[in-house]
Amino acid sequence: MKSQIAYLVLNRMAAALVTLLVVSFTIFFATAMLPGDVAEVLLGQAATPEAVAGLRTAMHLDEPAILRFLRWIGGLATGDLGTSYANAIPVAKLIGGRLANTLKLAAVTAVVSVPVALGLGILAAVLRGTLFDRVVTALTIGVISVPEFMIATSAVLLFSVYLKWLPALSFANEVQSLGQLLRVFVMPVLTLSFVISAQMIRMTRAAVVEALDKPYAEMALLKGASRTRVVLRHALPNALGPIVNAVALSLSYLLGGVIIVETIFNYPGIAKLMVDAVSTRDLPLIQTCAMIFCLGYLLLITIADIVAIVSNPRLR
Amino acid sequence: MAHLVEIRGLRVEAKTDSGRRIEIIRGVDLDVADGEILALIGESGSGKTTIALSLLGYTRAGCRIAGGSVTVDGRDMAALPEAERAALRGTMVAYIPQSAAAAFNPSRTVMEQVIEVARIHDLMPPDAARARAVELFRALALPEPETIGARYPHQVSGGQLQRLSAAMALIGAPKLVIFDEPTTALDVTTQIEVLRAFKAVMKESRAAGVYVSHDLAVVAQIADRIAVLKGGEVQEVGATGQILARPTHPYTRALLDAVEPSAGAARPAEAAGPGPLLEVTEVVAGYGRIGPDGMPLVPAIRRVSLTVERGRNLGIIGESGCGKSTLARVIAGILPPVSGRIALDGTPLAPAAAQRPRDALRRLQIVFQLADTALNPAKAVGEILGRPLTFYHGQRGRAREARIDRLLDMVRLPRALKTRLPGELSGGQKQRVNLARALAAEPELVICDEITSALDSVVAAAIIELLGELQRELGLSYIFISHDLAMVQSICDRIAVMVAGEKIEELAPGDFGAPGTHPYSRLLHASMPKLDPGWLDGLGRDAAVEWPVRAGAAS
Repeated sequence: MKSQIAYLVLNRMAAALVTLLVVSFTIFFATAMLPGDVAEVLLGQAATPEAVAGLRTAMHLDEPAILRFLRWIGGLATGDLGTSYANAIPVAKLIGGRLANTLKLAAVTAVVSVPVALGLGILAAVLRGTLFDRVVTALTIGVISVPEFMIATSAVLLFSVYLKWLPALSFANEVQSLGQLLRVFVMPVLTLSFVISAQMIRMTRAAVVEALDKPYAEMALLKGASRTRVVLRHALPNALGPIVNAVALSLSYLLGGVIIVETIFNYPGIAKLMVDAVSTRDLPLIQTCAMIFCLGYLLLITIADIVAIVSNPRLR
Repeated sequence: MAHLVEIRGLRVEAKTDSGRRIEIIRGVDLDVADGEILALIGESGSGKTTIALSLLGYTRAGCRIAGGSVTVDGRDMAALPEAERAALRGTMVAYIPQSAAAAFNPSRTVMEQVIEVARIHDLMPPDAARARAVELFRALALPEPETIGARYPHQVSGGQLQRLSAAMALIGAPKLVIFDEPTTALDVTTQIEVLRAFKAVMKESRAAGVYVSHDLAVVAQIADRIAVLKGGEVQEVGATGQILARPTHPYTRALLDAVEPSAGAARPAEAAGPGPLLEVTEVVAGYGRIGPDGMPLVPAIRRVSLTVERGRNLGIIGESGCGKSTLARVIAGILPPVSGRIALDGTPLAPAAAQRPRDALRRLQIVFQLADTALNPAKAVGEILGRPLTFYHGQRGRAREARIDRLLDMVRLPRALKTRLPGELSGGQKQRVNLARALAAEPELVICDEITSALDSVVAAAIIELLGELQRELGLSYIFISHDLAMVQSICDRIAVMVAGEKIEELAPGDFGAPGTHPYSRLLHASMPKLDPGWLDGLGRDAAVEWPVRAGAAS
């Protein structure tokens, strides 16, 4: 049985690798199909045909697309992310600090929202049908229905404009003390937590409710177990798979889906970098950002699937 | 006080989906003395499980104890606060569930769950609990008592799990054990082993018991007294022998009649048609890739041949996993066979239903076990019956309506049910609709796949009677698939016995148990519970010998 787990896990990882390859292919050719010639755009209006041709050769733009793809993917694999078209700085350097900022924001949000969401979800499941459950359910549906820019703008309006507690913009690079860190993070973290918690709460509640309805939960109760014990020892272990998946899906949003929040709070993260790259037609930067988002997503989903496989008693 | 258990004026209310409150237990009085086993018997919905659960101070979601008292050893379970009830569960009153397979938590080992009672109530140190559990495993005649606890529930067979759940109940040394239909989901041969184990440990532990069941024959083996329930009220209480020999209530008599259905009424011998109606020759079917020897990776049917004569019925009997339902699916073309021939009235049929002409589909209909899942819950009964009429006969409008009415008459359902949804019907009514849908096609052969297994014995007996009447009226033939030998014997002319995908024998109903027949057929015959209370004890040990193929089929 152990070998079966190993087989399934390896299988899942291989599938993730293949997906990554397909995605990289898609990203590369999608960006290559963008209208306009990069060399002409870079050289501007005064470009002579000779200069354009020279630049195209220098940038390997005259080679067949498949060759350029292989060159690019080879570079990615060896850590060479290419050079930004817009300002000739290596992409790795441009992304480095920004990625750290985004991960910082994601980590703080995850630490705040995951325990709260799981706790609320489990509690709502245990107290099913009570006022508490109804309030939580109504609130989560409300939060899901409100777009995140609405929450973000409302937060700015409330905390910065009326109450004047917090700065409207985040300058993460100027953080020196814990107090400053808190002031910078409070609003983005709050907004993002709202957005990602709702789904986690709903999935957790549904999974725990399902497990609590199983005969083995009733059996545990009839053995004299307390409700807490029934939930923690009997229901939760069997609800783990769907819960971990919901958490992974929600967290993956923190990497690629934070564009709006980063823009509104002017937070210097990687999503904002990508938006800027699109406006300057900076292909290597766009491609790398897209790859990072995809990688993060795949990583989280793969981990969730592996947890589900390992926690399945039938494979033990 | 005189008795261990005294239930007085118990009333339980249930809240329906529409918010209405209805009384499902209407003032029940029952006593159980120390060491006595009382059986609660009745059909589903009679309230027998609800009463049993009230002894644990527990009601299922949507129900509540509305009045009366449930006194166990001097304490009223209905009135105690939740924490005190929890303290008595597992130590004073223990519960053995209907389906141990579902009642064991799949993600924890058997041993962890068996000794959990000791851990929750802090009865003894874990090592002592483990030693006690192994003792109980041994007393329950479980294989490998030392190591079976280390397994996960899915690694143990159904009959073994049911015995393990008894160990789980007895480890807290309760004074009262609740058995909630613990053998209903088991095969007859497994049922014997489990019943025997239950009986032995109950005698040993001197605990009292409440045994919930709808099967009088099973109850007769283990209970001292029987209470017959219907509609949330006690109809009759008495000593086991008295209830079996001199039932006073008509419902009790109906239950008794249902246990031993009258042997098949003589069918008209209109052996028309020269050849057999259905001929199945050397059929092989299964799942997965097909190996070089022509067998699939997971074979379910191994070279089975059988014939059904026109106007005659063939029974197929065997335990769960023997391939009898798969065979039905193969004949119907739902699972195309790997090799072999199926011929209807001399004409070969294509392997898959999709390739068969519509007329061949019409002539061969299948009725599934669970009407709940076979009937579309969103369609009214009239629509369900109307669809095959349009599909096979192109009927529409008034002709179709008239035919639907006739079909409902045929299965003895009121015409007014036409506009109802399946969810609003009782189990027996749903199965009749399920049958009427097959009849709508005007078939010659109907495959009945365990159609009575999910029904109460009295309701099932009525369905069997209906099948016989329909046969006389319409000249049908049936393939009747079941694990219940008595049921098959009552309606079939020939009975094929299947084990592990193979047909081992074909017998006439009266030949079961006769010398010279296959030992497995004899085992099946001997395992059928009899109303005689001494039946189980009188059985020779040899009757319950582990049949070699069972090990494979049980897992």
